[in-house]
Amino acid sequence: MDRPTNQKAWFLVLPVLLLVAFSAVIPLMTVVNYSVQDTFGNNEFFWAGTAWFEEILHSQRFHEALARNLIFSAIILAIQIPLGIVVALSMPRKGIGVSICLVLMALPLLIPWNVVGTIWQVFGRVDIGLLGHTLEAIGIDYNYVRDPLDAWFTIILMDVWHWTSLVALLCYAGLVSIPEAYYQAARIDGASRWAVFRYIQLPKMNRVLLIAVLLRFMDSFMIYTEPFVVTGGGPGNSTTFLSIDLVKMAVGQFDLGPAAAMSIVYFLVVLLFSWIFYTVMTNFERGGQ
Amino acid sequence: MNFAWMAWTAPTAIFFATIFLILVGMGVWEYARPGGAPRVGILRFETTRGDRLFVSLLGSAFICLAWLGLVGPNLWWALGLSLVYAVLVFRWV
Repeated sequence: MDRPTNQKAWFLVLPVLLLVAFSAVIPLMTVVNYSVQDTFGNNEFFWAGTAWFEEILHSQRFHEALARNLIFSAIILAIQIPLGIVVALSMPRKGIGVSICLVLMALPLLIPWNVVGTIWQVFGRVDIGLLGHTLEAIGIDYNYVRDPLDAWFTIILMDVWHWTSLVALLCYAGLVSIPEAYYQAARIDGASRWAVFRYIQLPKMNRVLLIAVLLRFMDSFMIYTEPFVVTGGGPGNSTTFLSIDLVKMAVGQFDLGPAAAMSIVYFLVVLLFSWIFYTVMTNFERGGQ
Repeated sequence: MNFAWMAWTAPTAIFFATIFLILVGMGVWEYARPGGAPRVGILRFETTRGDRLFVSLLGSAFICLAWLGLVGPNLWWALGLSLVYAVLVFRWV
């Protein structure tokens, strides 16, 4: 391969590098430093070695929160990705309907996380909330404050409402970029609706789907604000995800060492899954071309 | 500049210095032999040497965590295992 002739372009990357260093790398280094020490405040630290990592790795509380996170992310991806594709396929491609659809789809994305949590906290209440009251009126015993299953149902429904439109908008962007000639060729060949989807639309959406899967996985795996506002991690610990547990440990208990060790394990799990998704989907894309 | 707020220790400083030196080494390697040496290894997908370094570092982190969780706090064996793993990744992946 030829040697690149102009290396000066690398200097253009420097501002981003500095920004990432200050916003991510230096805080991460600090967390690593905290994870091997203990502190009681006043910026005084005592060497603890790998004790916090061992504690976290043997902690049932951590295992349960990790399992909840994995189950939650799996459910979210299993619902939001197919639903987003279906919504995108159903959206109009021409006329005034396009603008109306795009605005409506973008609305949930504009609402801050804590407001979404508050909306659903009220919406799900049996006494004054439309959802809770309606479910109770039709004879369904629903109470997200008391029943773990109802709490999960509410949080999943809330996340689907909040974020499916992001998947749909990304898929829509992929769909509108397909040239009309592909569809004409499919019509000439007498391709079925499924064949058009499988061999034209899905491969062309692959790149945006990769972004959607990565964004939705990382975001759902790191979810904090919405479940914290709706359930506070309860009933019991049934909706205590890793992020909620982490904040309890770091801010509530001021156990900075164990919290830092937990953050690093959490970060590595996110990194591993993101890499797996990225690798599988980029290679699927290469194989499909 | 005072970096005391970052709570540095000698082992973590050595750890990050090693990572930094590895990245500098990869930069020099890339300068000497540009292109990233892409190839399809045993994982059946194309990797560059940067990908192989990432897989080595991420895998090593999990080897150390697994060692801590299953065996005990003596991480020298885990480090040795990680080095062997990295060599295998750079040779076969």
